[in-house]
Amino acid sequence: MLVNSAGSALFPPALLMLDDGVCFEGQAVGACTETTGEAVFTTGMCGYQETLTDPSYYGQIVVFTAAHIGNYGATPKDDEAPAPQRQKFGAAGAVFHDLFTLAEHAPFPHWRAGNSLNAELAKAGITGICNIDTRALTLHLRTHGSRNGIISALDLDRASLLRRARALPSMAGLDLAQKVSCRQMYAFEPKAGDTLPGGAKKPGQKIFNVAVLDYGAKRSIMLHLLRHNLQPTVWPAETPAEDILATRPNGVMLTNGPGDPAPCAYAIAATRKLLGKLPLFGICLGHQLLGLAAGGKTTKLHFGHHGMNHPVKDLDSGRVLITSQNHGFCVDPDTLPPNARATHWNLNDNTLEGLALTDAPAFSVQFHPEAAPGTWDAYGLFGKFRQLIEDF
Amino acid sequence: MPKRSDIKKVMVLGSGPIVIGQAAEFDYSGTQGCKALKEEGCRVILLNSNPATVMTDIAFSDRTYIEPMNKFVAAEIIMKERPDAVLPTLGGQTALNLLMELHKMGILEEYNVKIIGARPESIELAENRQKFHDAMLDIGLDLPKSCLATSVAEAVHLAGTLNFPVIIRPSYTLGGTGGGISYNIEEFQENARRGIDASPIGQILLEESVLGWKEIELEVMRDCADNAIVICGIENLDPMGVHTGDSITVAPIQTLADAEYQALRQDSLAVVRAVGVDTGGCNIQFALDPKSGRRVVIEMNPRVSRSSALASKATGFPIARVAAKLALGYTLDELKNDITGTSACFEPTLDYCVVKVPRFNFEKFSGAQPLLGLQMHSVGETMALGGNFREALQKALRGLETGIAGLEEKTQKSAVPVLAVSPASRLAELKQLLHYPGPERVLQLYEALKLGLTPEEAHGITGIDPWFLLQIQSVITSEKELAEDFTPEIRKALDQPEEDKPLRAGMSGTAARLRHFKAQGFSDARIAGIVSGDGGAEIKEAHIRRLRETLDVHPVFRTVDTCAGEFAARTPYFYSTYDGVAPDALHTEHTAQTGRIGQSREATDKKLPRKVVILGGGPNRIGQGLEFDYCCVQACFALSELGIKTIMINSNPETVSTDYDTADTLYFEPVTCEDVLAVCRAEQPDGVIVQFGGQTPLNIAEELEKAGVPILGTKPAHIALAEDREEFGCLVKKLGIPQPASGMAGDEEAACRIARTIGYPVMVRPSFVLGGRSMRIIHCEQELRSWVGGRESGLCLDSSSPILVDKFLEEAVEIDVDAVVDRENLTIAAIMEHIEQAGIHSGDSGCSIPTHTLSRDILATIREYTHKLGLGLCTIGLLNVQMAIAQGKVYVIEANPRASRTVPFVSKATGRNVAGLAAKVMAGFSLPEIDFTAEPALRYHALKEAVIPFDRFPGAEIALGPEMRSTGEVMGIDRSFGLAFLKSQAGAGMPIPYRGNVILTVTDQDKEPLVPLAGRLSALGFTLYATPGTKAVLDSQGINSNLVVKIGPQRPHLLDFMRNGQASMIVNTVSGAASAHDAMRIRAEALSRRITLLTTLSAVRAAVEGLESRQSASRLVAPLQDYYAGIAEGTRPC
Repeated sequence: MLVNSAGSALFPPALLMLDDGVCFEGQAVGACTETTGEAVFTTGMCGYQETLTDPSYYGQIVVFTAAHIGNYGATPKDDEAPAPQRQKFGAAGAVFHDLFTLAEHAPFPHWRAGNSLNAELAKAGITGICNIDTRALTLHLRTHGSRNGIISALDLDRASLLRRARALPSMAGLDLAQKVSCRQMYAFEPKAGDTLPGGAKKPGQKIFNVAVLDYGAKRSIMLHLLRHNLQPTVWPAETPAEDILATRPNGVMLTNGPGDPAPCAYAIAATRKLLGKLPLFGICLGHQLLGLAAGGKTTKLHFGHHGMNHPVKDLDSGRVLITSQNHGFCVDPDTLPPNARATHWNLNDNTLEGLALTDAPAFSVQFHPEAAPGTWDAYGLFGKFRQLIEDF
Repeated sequence: MPKRSDIKKVMVLGSGPIVIGQAAEFDYSGTQGCKALKEEGCRVILLNSNPATVMTDIAFSDRTYIEPMNKFVAAEIIMKERPDAVLPTLGGQTALNLLMELHKMGILEEYNVKIIGARPESIELAENRQKFHDAMLDIGLDLPKSCLATSVAEAVHLAGTLNFPVIIRPSYTLGGTGGGISYNIEEFQENARRGIDASPIGQILLEESVLGWKEIELEVMRDCADNAIVICGIENLDPMGVHTGDSITVAPIQTLADAEYQALRQDSLAVVRAVGVDTGGCNIQFALDPKSGRRVVIEMNPRVSRSSALASKATGFPIARVAAKLALGYTLDELKNDITGTSACFEPTLDYCVVKVPRFNFEKFSGAQPLLGLQMHSVGETMALGGNFREALQKALRGLETGIAGLEEKTQKSAVPVLAVSPASRLAELKQLLHYPGPERVLQLYEALKLGLTPEEAHGITGIDPWFLLQIQSVITSEKELAEDFTPEIRKALDQPEEDKPLRAGMSGTAARLRHFKAQGFSDARIAGIVSGDGGAEIKEAHIRRLRETLDVHPVFRTVDTCAGEFAARTPYFYSTYDGVAPDALHTEHTAQTGRIGQSREATDKKLPRKVVILGGGPNRIGQGLEFDYCCVQACFALSELGIKTIMINSNPETVSTDYDTADTLYFEPVTCEDVLAVCRAEQPDGVIVQFGGQTPLNIAEELEKAGVPILGTKPAHIALAEDREEFGCLVKKLGIPQPASGMAGDEEAACRIARTIGYPVMVRPSFVLGGRSMRIIHCEQELRSWVGGRESGLCLDSSSPILVDKFLEEAVEIDVDAVVDRENLTIAAIMEHIEQAGIHSGDSGCSIPTHTLSRDILATIREYTHKLGLGLCTIGLLNVQMAIAQGKVYVIEANPRASRTVPFVSKATGRNVAGLAAKVMAGFSLPEIDFTAEPALRYHALKEAVIPFDRFPGAEIALGPEMRSTGEVMGIDRSFGLAFLKSQAGAGMPIPYRGNVILTVTDQDKEPLVPLAGRLSALGFTLYATPGTKAVLDSQGINSNLVVKIGPQRPHLLDFMRNGQASMIVNTVSGAASAHDAMRIRAEALSRRITLLTTLSAVRAAVEGLESRQSASRLVAPLQDYYAGIAEGTRPC
């Protein structure tokens, strides 16, 4: 028997309190306890499974602007957190407008789903809040910037919540990469049922080894590498460059990850040492680390870019890519040294979206070419990385 | 890439008359396109035969040709205007087909006219099913298994390779004309034959059935630098098997995971690139197997489409405007998104839910089965935006104006009481009904779920995705809560005296709960109905409204900003929702603004309204279409000119009025009292205009006035007076104007008595219907008795719904007059003479300006009566009067102090913007002040002809009558009446042939008058064929004709003659029931074989005059601008 409860009766009341005192009333979903983090909004209309499991959202409460979330249930096949990760969900919490839920144990009516998103969140211990005016919240975050907040179904005292929200540390200056990175080096293996993005591997192609520096890597990055016959070996974030070089990989992937790149001094140092020695490809946080390693600076964006519809101009081809994005910091193009060249620009706010070094085989993009969720417009960059390796 | 420098003059092809499958959306896209081209400094040359469009207003093009949309006319225009380029992608299939013909003629090459928007090869590839199929396989995409056939025999042979059901799609047809699903070989043969006939190249595609799969459409734009973006994904609630135009559709896509959606996106971009749509918009349709995830391409349109209009309105992204600019050579990243100021090269994202519901008119075509399939049947649509799907769906349903206030049992609203049946048997019946998708499927589904059908069962029967079913289920759950749990609370709240503030103050819980139910989409009327269901005192919509006001439960208004709030937006496009707590700041700012008074001293002195709401017409339907939208749009423009802030409320996504830059502010809302009052509450306008949007706003005018909304122009009471037969009768009598004799009957005997007194033939109709529904002309008592007793009258005879019996004036000429009245003065805009005789609904009848057979005296009488009526009805604004002239006497049939269907035609014919002038009058100007004091005198002729969708309703009776059934119109304009008539016929797709065989078969009274016309036809070179009676009269007057046998046992008879392709034109007039049966068969045959059929002698006369003029002078192809300036060749004073 399917039972829908888009009404409110089934869930306990909860509050979302932001550190500026703005408070929203709703109902708790998932674990129905309490969570804290930086509230950021994402404008993607689907792909909530990928989003919530993306380690880059570590420490953040994701606000979905889409009216309906959970429509096709939980699709664990789309999980982005690699298996040895300590937790399944990257995000600290979630805010929904209208979350599609079912009575307990009801079979989920979608051919790919096994469970409802609500049940999955509960299982993983993630607390969310639903029936929130997410547009009002989004407009507030857009105007006043991303900010810390608490979702609680345990403590409904507003004064206490506000006090605790104010006490939360700011994202800026926080090194979160090491918190989500793997503890030990491992060779990445696909799960049963994984499909390689963009088609099958080219048969007979030479296999190269790629060292993946895991700052919060998404699984799809690894799947993309595999698809190009680049065998990923995943390393903890704090691995020194010497250890990597000692294994003589053919290339290095600097992955995405949460938080501020600036405090990751170990990663910047390692990147600097690897520059010129091996072909390097950075994504998102990896891009920021490459920018910092090259001598540039990063700044925090007002409310960041989170979504799947951000237009990016590729200066080399002149083409516009519709990209998937998820970042709160960016590389300041004015601080780049002469040997770093801007390759991609964001058409919305003219921020830097990609760079390449002129004197080393290294390039990076701020957006997510692996998508998941998002368009496949930038899949080609993994082929470009392989080419760089082949040409090295 | 910068704009191309080689394109300065662009010819835009419109879409011609409104037909099912090609409607007002192309006026919207064409208007946007023309505006964009002019903005870029291009000279625009427009060809469109449809005068009811906004785009054919001379403001939108430099040279406006309202001429038949055929290759000869287009070629003449090209030779005359020498455009640099032709843009065919904004005018639907008609424009693409015309372009292909021009391309094949070689004229484009000869005159060096570039094709922009789409290349002929791409059009060919997208439209030719086999080529498209091969191209898709080439790029590795999957399609349903299929094969092509050009004969029934071949089709039957090939059908053996596919499993039933098999789908048939004819090549190159509009909106799926001639397509169908066959479940057995018998049906298959029938459908194959129809499909081959419908295809202009006699080709059909047989296809593996993907019935029950998910149906998804993506709207894609691409530029010449190969940037491609998806503007919107649309999911059909009704799975494959129901034409997408007839499906309830939802945006954004709700039930696909990212991996599935992105795969479709990637496929759609691959399709666009493979087909080679270089610049502009197109849409691609996919089917997705919900069990396996297998996805197949169904089709693509290499042009802007109905879905593009929907996608534009749903997202705020102006597809047609951008398409026009891309055609000029811009790239997407060079264009700005006007709403956010960011790049136009992005994909809109929505934070609300959009639902479109189609509107049907099956009841207009008696005999046609109300079943939905591959061929489109809907005549209009309404769209709603809401904070969630449930709210949007219920808003859309009440916006449909079919008498429902949201999801509810249709039977509750039926005029005829339904016999009580047990829930179990009703459920069994509903289950049966749900197997065959019909126009009310969603309501049946709702009712069945309420009666206990499980969502799983419902999914099994309908294939509708469980998510949608569970959303409907959730509405039902809420309804139960409302009925059982919340009703006592509401009643208690209603019982509180309103002034008892302290008690009210303690009701924040009630307010919150009420808001929760409102957020599920329940209208006040629906809540009132549910609360009343407890058997207590009846609660009315107004009670719930008052309760909301006291509890301060109001909707918030949200901006359609393309970006889900990510960027600051500047757009005047809003929708309401209860599913939110805070209004958008932009809306709050916006409502604070008022008009810019003081542009002129005169305007300041007049104390013009500062802010005016214009109510649109809601979904299009037969009898209320594009014409009314035209009027609303003109009113916006005219008021803006005066510095008045205009606010549009409408729910029709196909229209220009719902373009976000037509009015100063757009509210995309159902045109119901509740929704309009909510906007008025937020905006506090100085006036509301109700007389431009057709019946829809008029229906709520009195209620709005009662709620304190100031109505501009003619007062609702006077509009109502004109509709009330008794009161109107009194007024007419007082004014000394003759009316045909009439009476009102409560039963069959009374009806017969009245008919005997006033004399047959009589026109009868039930009193509760509008728009000529169920009207009938009756010739004898027997016929009258069978009509009263029969089911087609829709009568349930009792004194509460009497029958109106009117004397039917035989052989009468019908007249339409449109005028503008300022309370004291009246100026006639045009007097129109119908081509068909009285008795045919004025909307279905052709008519001409100026009149062509009326004497000076008659015209003087018409003018006199019009003046009297206009002032007698206290009109301020537009007035339409219908009159009939019989035996030299003028009778008034009806008068309506509001916009009529003919206003756009009159405006195009005369060059005076009648609706705009009327709007200014309503704002407070007098006719002399706006310089409209003289009836325009034309030195040319303009004819309107109606287009009727009989071909969409096989089995329906094909005859014109008092019930309107046309969907669209065309105009023919020329120096002579005859030539204008020929053009109007050519424009309507029934060109008058100029050689060949003519069959003459007319009634006795028409035989003598036919003689001279037959002689002239013969002189024109036609070979005459006549049925025995007609032939005898012709023989006696010495006119040669051949005999053709009447329909009967003797073969070959008239129908055989037609079927053998021997007739090029048929003249067939009918009177009485006797010849009607044969006439129907002749009409059906003529229609399906596209043989020109003339059913009145006045039409024959017009055709003969036209053909004769054609011999002496060539047809004139000239733009409206030249006609208006008096410089069109031949219109110069001699």
